[in-house]
Amino acid sequence: MSRIESCFHRLAEQQRKALIPYVTAGDPQPDVTVPLMHALVEAGADLIEVGVPFSDPMADGPVIQAACERALVHHTSLHDVLDMVREFRTTDTETPVVLMGYLNPVEVWGYNAFASAAAAAGVDGVLMVDMPPEEASSLTGALRELGIDAIFLLAPTTSNARMNIISESASGFVYYVSFKGVTGANRLDVSKVADKLVEVRKHTDLPIGVGFGIRDPESAAEVARIADAVVVGSALVSRIAELADRPETIPPALAETLSEMRSAIDLVSARQQK
Amino acid sequence: MEQTQSSEPARAAGQLPDERGHFGPYGGRFVAETLMLPLEELAEAYNRYITDPEFLEELDADLADFVGRPSPLYFAERWSRNLGGARIFFKREDLNHTGAHKVNNTVGQALLAKRMGKTRIIAETGAGQHGVATATVAARLGMECVVYMGSEDIKRQAINVYRMRLLGAEVVAVESGSRTLKDALNEAMRDWVTNVDNTFYVIGTVAGPHPYPAMVRDFQAVIGRETRTQIQEHAGRLPDALVACVGGGSNAIGLFYPFLADSEVAMFGVEAGGDGLETGRHAAPLCDGKPGVLHGNRTYLMEDPDGQIIETHSVSAGLDYPGVGPEHAWLKDTGRVTYDTVTDREALAAFHEVTRVEGIMPALESSHALSYAARIATGMDRDDIIIVNLSGRGDKDVHTIAAMEGITI
Repeated sequence: MSRIESCFHRLAEQQRKALIPYVTAGDPQPDVTVPLMHALVEAGADLIEVGVPFSDPMADGPVIQAACERALVHHTSLHDVLDMVREFRTTDTETPVVLMGYLNPVEVWGYNAFASAAAAAGVDGVLMVDMPPEEASSLTGALRELGIDAIFLLAPTTSNARMNIISESASGFVYYVSFKGVTGANRLDVSKVADKLVEVRKHTDLPIGVGFGIRDPESAAEVARIADAVVVGSALVSRIAELADRPETIPPALAETLSEMRSAIDLVSARQQK
Repeated sequence: MEQTQSSEPARAAGQLPDERGHFGPYGGRFVAETLMLPLEELAEAYNRYITDPEFLEELDADLADFVGRPSPLYFAERWSRNLGGARIFFKREDLNHTGAHKVNNTVGQALLAKRMGKTRIIAETGAGQHGVATATVAARLGMECVVYMGSEDIKRQAINVYRMRLLGAEVVAVESGSRTLKDALNEAMRDWVTNVDNTFYVIGTVAGPHPYPAMVRDFQAVIGRETRTQIQEHAGRLPDALVACVGGGSNAIGLFYPFLADSEVAMFGVEAGGDGLETGRHAAPLCDGKPGVLHGNRTYLMEDPDGQIIETHSVSAGLDYPGVGPEHAWLKDTGRVTYDTVTDREALAAFHEVTRVEGIMPALESSHALSYAARIATGMDRDDIIIVNLSGRGDKDVHTIAAMEGITI
């Protein structure tokens, strides 16, 4: 059983929902990322999405674009990101880590070489935002051989036919994009998401994470009612932007933001158990 | 020539791209999931209408009466004689409405947008030529139009920005990344993913996710179809060489595509050499880049060893793009087309020469192709024929040229 699978397995047994924070590696500077990951785990993260900075983050809104730019000032490369994961793993062997980013840095490295390096570093899942399953078979093959889950997106525009294609390619969990738009936009409509998730569950048995537009404990709790995992990105990254000139304050500040979401989500789980 | 060539693409079985948009290993559809369905719908609509007689009739009428096609094929007699080699002909895309080949494509995509019931069109632009061509068709069809343009380019191209605004388009300054064309394309994609229900994204070149590279090629192939007929009429045979500049590559593929099967016709794509390939300051992904994935397709890119896209340089804003259409990547690998570079300095020299010798002021983009044509013409026979795609007129560039030469207008 992969680390991601056992994570969701354990949460299901406890009837709890997963909380998945996203941070861009190297933002605002490389030495912040690993302490920040540990702080997020302390604050209740079940799984961490680590963003690989890219010069042209086409699916991201201004908050994560700016995070990529801050990280790239320090030339944070995919190699550097794997070094960070390796360092994180020296003291945390349990929390799954998913790399999220765009294909080109992986393309340049080469699929097999990247997959080996990622596995050796302790990466559990890879989500390439601009790589739909139709283009992904070589990469997913290389990842799966080494026990790394290939995570794919589902969207409001995804047809039933495509849901089948995606669920056949995906493992670990699937990531449902809550609205048509870019990360960080204020367009979340939980009842629409709920309707679509009913459809999605007919096509996959994998746990479903929901992300995009979750900005506070209230929206996190609302999404936790209907999804298996709540993904929070821009809300955390915008805090990093505010504190970029005081990097030592970032891990405790983000831990505080995340733990408020954790409490709100756990309250939902507790009520659902009653 | 008596009439515009039919716009229907002669696409036989086995021709590229395949049904998923691949040209060999290049092309494809590398976008976030939300855009997969809109792209499938676009491909479906495009495939339906491109063989629909009513659509093609409307397109041909627009190309004739609104764009001014067919564009002439002009024999540059004095310049050819001065060079002392092959006979050089210009395909006069500079005489099109709005002054460049870009409008061939925007007319086609706007008609398609109308058929698909979209009420809002968006575009990216670098120098502003594609933005103007899009704003022009939007004005004519009464559609809302938003054009994304890097804030650096807005500073450099004030006149085109004003032209777009006069035409009723909203020009949005893009402040992310390098604030140039590639970032404008990112921002247009972000708009499209947000407003996909009522919005049609008019991409200006043969890049982007499938079906854009094939669709834009097919709309631009009118250039090559006309050229074929015209040179047969002038010379009674096919040309020996075709030359076109390559940024994203739409004017080049438009000229080349109808000749690809004619093995006796040599083809040369000319990339922006900037300060020279050896300086690294250029925009020549085919000559000095590596394959990668950007803006929805796999192709040759200007990138660093970590896979980050790097900034490009060319005197010509229309060639200043770090990627290139995936079909060009394939034509390079197969050897069907030869790709080479011309520097800023060489392009500028060709601009002056053609302006003074032929009384035609070419765009700086097209001046790259002209410079290369002169380079190969001198080694060729007097009976040989070279056709250069004169893809746009140079009026837009006079400020740039004056500034380079230290002249204040």
